[in-house]
Amino acid sequence: MKFAVIEFPGSNCDHDAYHATKHVLGQQAEFVWHKETDLRGADVVVLPGGFSYGDYLRTGAIARFSPVMGRVCEFAHAGGPVIGICNGFQVLLEVGLLKGALLRNNRLKFLCEHIHVRVEQTDTPFTSGAVAGQVLTLPIAHGEGNFYASPETLAALEANRQVVFRYCAEDGAQSDAANPNGSAHAIAGVCNVGRNVVGLMPHPERACESMLGSADGRVVLESVISTLAATGAA
Amino acid sequence: MSIDQATIDAHGFSPEEYQRLLEILGREPTITELGIFSVMWSEHCSYKSSRLHLRRFPTDGPRVVQGPGENAGAVDIGDGITAVFKIESHNHPSFIEPYQGAATGVGGIIRDIFTMGARPIALLNSLRFGEIDNPATRRLVDGVVAGIAGYGNSIGIPTVGGEIAFEPAYAGNPLVNVFCLGVAKADALAMGVASGAGNPVYYVGAKTGRDGIHGATMASAEFDEHSADKRPAVQVGDPFMEKLLLEACLEVMRTDALVGIQDMGAAGLTCSTSEMGARGDAGIEIDVALVPQRETGMTPYEIMLSESQERMLLVAQRGREAEVEQVFEKWDLHAVRIGEVTGDGLLRIRDQGQVVAEIPNRPLADRAPLYDRPTTRPAYLDDANHLDLATLSPPADPRRIWLDLLGTPAVASKRWVYRQYDHMVRTNTVVLPGMGAGVVRVKGTERALVFSLDGNGRHCFLDPAEGGRLAVAEAARNVACAGAVPIGATNCLNFGNPERSEIMWQFSQAVDGIAEACRALDVPITGGNVSLYNETDGQAIYPTPVLGVVGVLDDVTHVLTRVFPEPDLEIVLLGEPAGGLGGSEYLKQAHSLVRGTPAPVDLDRERALQALLVDAARGRWIRSAHDGSDGGLAVTLAECCVESGAVGAQVDLPGSVEMDERFGVVQALFGEAPSRVVVSVATGQRERLLSGARERSIPAVVIGRTGGDRIRLAVAGEQVADIGLDEAEQVWGQGLTRHFEAVASKEA
Repeated sequence: MKFAVIEFPGSNCDHDAYHATKHVLGQQAEFVWHKETDLRGADVVVLPGGFSYGDYLRTGAIARFSPVMGRVCEFAHAGGPVIGICNGFQVLLEVGLLKGALLRNNRLKFLCEHIHVRVEQTDTPFTSGAVAGQVLTLPIAHGEGNFYASPETLAALEANRQVVFRYCAEDGAQSDAANPNGSAHAIAGVCNVGRNVVGLMPHPERACESMLGSADGRVVLESVISTLAATGAA
Repeated sequence: MSIDQATIDAHGFSPEEYQRLLEILGREPTITELGIFSVMWSEHCSYKSSRLHLRRFPTDGPRVVQGPGENAGAVDIGDGITAVFKIESHNHPSFIEPYQGAATGVGGIIRDIFTMGARPIALLNSLRFGEIDNPATRRLVDGVVAGIAGYGNSIGIPTVGGEIAFEPAYAGNPLVNVFCLGVAKADALAMGVASGAGNPVYYVGAKTGRDGIHGATMASAEFDEHSADKRPAVQVGDPFMEKLLLEACLEVMRTDALVGIQDMGAAGLTCSTSEMGARGDAGIEIDVALVPQRETGMTPYEIMLSESQERMLLVAQRGREAEVEQVFEKWDLHAVRIGEVTGDGLLRIRDQGQVVAEIPNRPLADRAPLYDRPTTRPAYLDDANHLDLATLSPPADPRRIWLDLLGTPAVASKRWVYRQYDHMVRTNTVVLPGMGAGVVRVKGTERALVFSLDGNGRHCFLDPAEGGRLAVAEAARNVACAGAVPIGATNCLNFGNPERSEIMWQFSQAVDGIAEACRALDVPITGGNVSLYNETDGQAIYPTPVLGVVGVLDDVTHVLTRVFPEPDLEIVLLGEPAGGLGGSEYLKQAHSLVRGTPAPVDLDRERALQALLVDAARGRWIRSAHDGSDGGLAVTLAECCVESGAVGAQVDLPGSVEMDERFGVVQALFGEAPSRVVVSVATGQRERLLSGARERSIPAVVIGRTGGDRIRLAVAGEQVADIGLDEAEQVWGQGLTRHFEAVASKEA
């Protein structure tokens, strides 16, 4: 199984995604520089977190124009599994592969801590190994993770079961207190209609070794490995 | 044009210093030369008041790969890897503009680390502000924390911990000290050296503007006319640019086409060109007209003195220019050739070919002024050191004091601060902030690096030598509490005006104390920073040396934190039960006094204790270890319980024969002393721990058991205080937050 980790200038979780896929999960992984247009035969594309292009304009707004993004879109449209984490999620929203927007956290400050999310859908390549309703402890680290969409879009996301992860308390219950950034419908992650493109604010790649406080993120990356193995794609 | 006396004065030269300048040049300086000498001989760059004293630090040892004098120090951690680290202050800029001041402080220290060829892997900071309920403090804290977060988070280096304290003495002069740690292959360290006549000199990074030019008051006619009113006082940081520089510089270092590299920090191009030349015993010639500029009409003087951020100076091997340029192009940076190394030992600055400065490099560095400033023991000490408990009333309710101490900003949870820092990026953070020293694993090895920043201004105010010893001991002890062997140190010496003999006495005493403790504990100083003139209207800060100690944990799975991991473990106190009240948090909290003298550290005992902790961690005799610090053992024990996942404790602290009749209980609960650690013992390992302690002559006594949903404290068999875990978590958890969240909700 081969993961392509896309590197934008300013990506800073690229090494984390690389480490998790290659050294923790024992898969092949390669960095793909944003100026390239070849995904090098990757089976999975990871858009890592960071501050692409410094995010001086609007988070993810310039990264979408990188040469590599054209290839990533083709890959996604052909059904290839793509995951965008944190800043990578923002890039997926900007490029239109996912619906919605991310605003500044409702309390206006950057937040880094372990939170809980509930797995809402298990028919995506990144959640197939999880149980519906399973609660994961994952780190967040963002200043702009407040998911926003118009009422129509929110309704459509819900109706099409595109909300993949929702913030919750340790026991899975939803409450304002358990929603760290004010996201609409406590949305932490969504997928596209085709379900092969998933974006989320929490960092599963930072939660793959119990030494670091949680290994709950493994299920996200392991899911895609077994999904592809099952379909014989790699 | 001749330089007039007013211009010389405005550049801060004493008559002797100016005379020396004339001797070195053998003629009158140009205005550009005057500016160059002025910044190179400033306190900030030349350490002219402190250099003499800094020589007393131990700087060598079997593990030291690079001592003071380079961009950062380096120690060998085994497996062919070196740890590169340094601490630096950004106090003055942070007071003027908290966000950018703190942000550029972080940017500067990160550049110091990657300039050495090391990948930065962790940041810490040590902050001091005025009283927390002062509205000005809140504004500063908000800005400084956001600035540190803004830079560190963006560039992707985790801020894994630090310390923050609030005292009125810092109201007019907050302290912002930042520490960065990196790792490099032992054979891949880069140096800030220029050598090899004919080798090209490159400028890379942000363009040069008029920001941060010091001595903006300079009174030359041509100056006022062109720029005096345009100079912004504060530099602005760009973490995105620095991220690109970081990656590009590390990549270019792997090509070995590089001779030397240095960042342009204080005194910008001036400092980097002259220092690199002096280190390599070479000359450097550049043309300022080639320097990328973001403003028009800049004079050579301004270009040489600008402190614009995110700029690097490189010397490459002649003939390998294309390789170097290609790496920077990949990162959308442009390496601009601005000059070359020469064999004549001169720093020659041209402006469109015309020479505007020509200074012999070595004398500029080597003949910088050096002062042995007078020292006098300050008069305040006689009174301040006198603590008469007879004039005070012991508290009626120790439980109340205990809660107050848990909620005091010095003790309370710092979560409000550290949740704003990305402390997990790079996936090496093994111990989360607030749980003990900073611990990051070194990928590809079994090891972890462990580090702590400590300093206590109150202690140093009351006894600077002892305060210096205590700071080293505490930082090293915190490292040992995680199970690691302390191997090196860096320090940031924050003091008032050195021209006042009382301040200079504090400085000299603190240096003596630090030097003695570093020797005794085997942690050589590999570099650091001095920040003087931290005073406003004649009111100096507390003398505040901040010590950073770095240690190695050979097996990361041995790591320990402060919290009791589970119920039904025995709790052992290592060290003397009795603590002192001089300079204590208790005295400040309960009696609003900063008085007496801090309990002194026995450095032999300290060393033995730290060795025991390392053995106990390795042997898995203990499950947690927590240093007894602010607030005494009552606070230490509560800190072992909060965030433990609801593990309480029942403890009986031994009485002591030295106990004061009226204050005995207070001393047992809240008295402070060094060389004390509370540990929870692994099941069945008590005897090994106690005999290990006996062999090292360290007092060790079982004081209780973990478990229950309360923290119950007795002294000499008598129950004296008892709080529920929920209440303790609440008070401790909200102690800092409540001051800031209240403001936030009002603004919202």
